[in-house]
Amino acid sequence: MKIANKTVTATRLVQDALAKAEFFKSYNIFTSIYEEEALKRAAEIDARIAKGENVGKLAGVPFVAKDNYLVEGTKTTASSHILEPFVAPVTSTVVKQLEDEGAILIGKVNLDSFAHGSSTENSYFGPTLNAYDNTRVAGGSSGGSAVAVALDIVEFATGSDTGGSIRQPASFNGVYGLKPTYGATSRYGVVSMASSLDTDGFFTKTPEDMDLLMSICAKRDEKDLTTLPDFYNETPAKEVKKIGVIKDFDNDSVDPEIRACLKEKCDELAKKGYEIVELDMPTLKHALAVYYIICPAEIASNLSRYDGIRYGLRSDKAVSLDEIYGNTRNEGFMKENKRRIMIGNFVLSSGFYDAYFLKAAKARTLIINEYAKAFEKCDFILTPVAPNPAFKLGEKVNDPIAMYFEDVMSVPINLAGIPGLAIPAGKTESGLPIGLQLLGPRRSDKQLIEFAKELA
Amino acid sequence: MDISRADLKHLASLSNFSMSDEELDSLSGDLQNIVSYISELNALDTEGVEPTYQVFEMENVWRDDEIKPMDANREELLDLTTEEKEHQIKVPKVL
Repeated sequence: MKIANKTVTATRLVQDALAKAEFFKSYNIFTSIYEEEALKRAAEIDARIAKGENVGKLAGVPFVAKDNYLVEGTKTTASSHILEPFVAPVTSTVVKQLEDEGAILIGKVNLDSFAHGSSTENSYFGPTLNAYDNTRVAGGSSGGSAVAVALDIVEFATGSDTGGSIRQPASFNGVYGLKPTYGATSRYGVVSMASSLDTDGFFTKTPEDMDLLMSICAKRDEKDLTTLPDFYNETPAKEVKKIGVIKDFDNDSVDPEIRACLKEKCDELAKKGYEIVELDMPTLKHALAVYYIICPAEIASNLSRYDGIRYGLRSDKAVSLDEIYGNTRNEGFMKENKRRIMIGNFVLSSGFYDAYFLKAAKARTLIINEYAKAFEKCDFILTPVAPNPAFKLGEKVNDPIAMYFEDVMSVPINLAGIPGLAIPAGKTESGLPIGLQLLGPRRSDKQLIEFAKELA
Repeated sequence: MDISRADLKHLASLSNFSMSDEELDSLSGDLQNIVSYISELNALDTEGVEPTYQVFEMENVWRDDEIKPMDANREELLDLTTEEKEHQIKVPKVL
């Protein structure tokens, strides 16, 4: 990463980033831009460098945060109407960790409202456009983050991945995207979606940058008691010999150019001496249904807090307390938010709990076991991220099931809590990026990043 | 599993959405399709399998029993609400 030094100042880096943000305005990437604050911070860092102070590993490096990361004193909308007026009273741990190392937040970026979606078209502020083809979607839900990095506006971006929301937009825009091991990074100060699935990770242009960010942020946080004890920086090096490919994902539902890309990568690896192992993982075909039961159930619980009383939007059409709840929530949520909340309440409601939620929780155990067995046969798994490259704006947004199928190969690892690194692996004939993801057992994040250098 | 009009109304009420009949109608097809899709899970045999609700290694986390300052103070939190009176959040009368 470019570190501010005597030839490049932090001020210059921030000015460049802000100019690029303005230049690419039509891509609808940003929900807020902090021009004044970012330039002020840059000047402070330049002054400290001039004094010879230690300014951190990310000194002067501009970045953006997905707009579900809270930053004290600034708007955090989650790209929703209901949080549109919300000004965060605290700063998320990850943003603080990055700023403590001298990184400079230049703005917040677009997502599907509350991260519900796979295209960033569900944003209250309109879709973000794909970096390679502005008639296509950015992917989602962290679409703004992926496009900001792909268009080289910033060096890196934060994102969140509950079912593919980092990896899929990374693959649609040709950048690296890491969904860490569940609990590797803190979720304090990030808007909750589905708490047993949510992870916070990053978008970068290189595996080396990803390693640097994880070395800073993959830490135990006493404000998030689901964080794991520190492991990242002590991860032993791994001698990788066997790469697994999932037979169950090699079928006609996957774009032929993506299948060809995976095959080509496997052939390259085989030539380098790696053994390619074919894996039977028959339970994975149920993972999408399991996900679209567990995830909405947790969404219904987490999003019940938006009631119009303590913060966020309060409907001005309401008189009684019940009307405040009902009108605020109905006006403040997008259609996909409502679908997920209602499905969540359906699968949790009396009479359906056993048939849906409990059934899915049991199936989740089988999926976890299937990955454990797979990692007895291979070191890492290489699969496509999504069944297709970036699709056209408007193509799937009115068909929730078609949109959910975008996640068919990304959700299984969220259910299992294991890490996945999306890597740029090639282009289609028409020039759209193709991403593959490298999966490993829990706590193998650093080893995945190291191995990605082999594939680069 | 068919989602009836009464089921839809019940779900909107559980979700605290004041929805018009038109809006309920507009969601009905999508919700029916989603429920039909997730019902495919019936095909998977889960007999005798223990459910999983969390994927982190659950353990007791101990800390000293001492008061620590919050990141945000009372005034900052009260500033977030629409209506405040005498350091309390104001809502319409309940009874």
